[in-house]
Amino acid sequence: MKKVKQTVRIMTLVATITLTMSCKDAETKNDQPKNHSEMNHQKEKNQEMSMNNGQMTSGETILNKYFDLKDALVNDNNSKAKDMGNALAESLKTFDATIYSSNEKNELNDIIQDATEHAEHIGKSDIKHQREHFKMLSKDLTDMVAITGSSIKIYEQYCPMYDGGTAWLSRSENIKNPYYGSSMLNCGKVQREIN
Amino acid sequence: MKIVKIIAWIALIAFVVVQFFQVDYNRSETVPQTDFMLVNNVPAMVEQSLQVSCYDCHSDNTDYPWYNKVQPVASFLEDHIKEGKEELNFNEWGNLSDRRKNSKLRSIINQIENGEMPLNSYTLIHRDAILSEAYKIAVIDYMKKLKDSLE
Repeated sequence: MKKVKQTVRIMTLVATITLTMSCKDAETKNDQPKNHSEMNHQKEKNQEMSMNNGQMTSGETILNKYFDLKDALVNDNNSKAKDMGNALAESLKTFDATIYSSNEKNELNDIIQDATEHAEHIGKSDIKHQREHFKMLSKDLTDMVAITGSSIKIYEQYCPMYDGGTAWLSRSENIKNPYYGSSMLNCGKVQREIN
Repeated sequence: MKIVKIIAWIALIAFVVVQFFQVDYNRSETVPQTDFMLVNNVPAMVEQSLQVSCYDCHSDNTDYPWYNKVQPVASFLEDHIKEGKEELNFNEWGNLSDRRKNSKLRSIINQIENGEMPLNSYTLIHRDAILSEAYKIAVIDYMKKLKDSLE
């Protein structure tokens, strides 16, 4: 009798576990579309907001976010760089390429896709990785500026020591190295001025 | 003692029950024309390394040993493979632009050089996926050459 009781108890427990598990499963499944629609909603909202401002993200906005990210790396600030990387990725996703010719549009879309991936990685990596991706991101944005142009003067700067020679963009002529930060802050030189 | 026995029973039954939760296996019968090996002229040594050490998570076809079909391992792997393919899918190599190939190659080189790939959690079980020094050098050299040819 005792044994039967025990078995019944175990069976009940197992049934409960199975039920909770499947419920949990069902819940997550239900949650997903909900989250999605919420996300879409958020996206719509963001789009609306940028529409209200008259335009979607321009090359200018993206450059400004890039410069914020660069400054975070100059300051060896890993967590700030993560935030800036994510912010940049968001802007890149809403980049408006419609005003460009179809050739330029293709090139820009390719650049944006690549840059978004780097920005997303920067959003979740340690600082060493962030700098590796920042190198490729800098190349992407340099190519972007070649098409979109810039209203302010930009300096392309170059550090011969990092990874066989690496460039980055800056608003200021002064060298502040985002690849080494405080350990070699002034390593580098202005390579080119972009107007 | 009785408690231990009960817990053991519960664990066993839960283990059996969890087997009924199916996963989507990452299996594909065909290799698309865009596959890394078909697009590029890959030396045999490098091809073998990539197939054994990378393709399980970075292609549309995973070679599952029996124990990877057992739950909850299978679910854990499913997420893992999904994430791996999002980062890089060798089967879709030919669809990438030169810019993106360049980025991927740089990441491949960096991660293998730093020993971040293949993942330790993967080589822990797949001992044959560990890249020996000679194979590591062969793969990195090839990837570097490929990258230079794109620039």
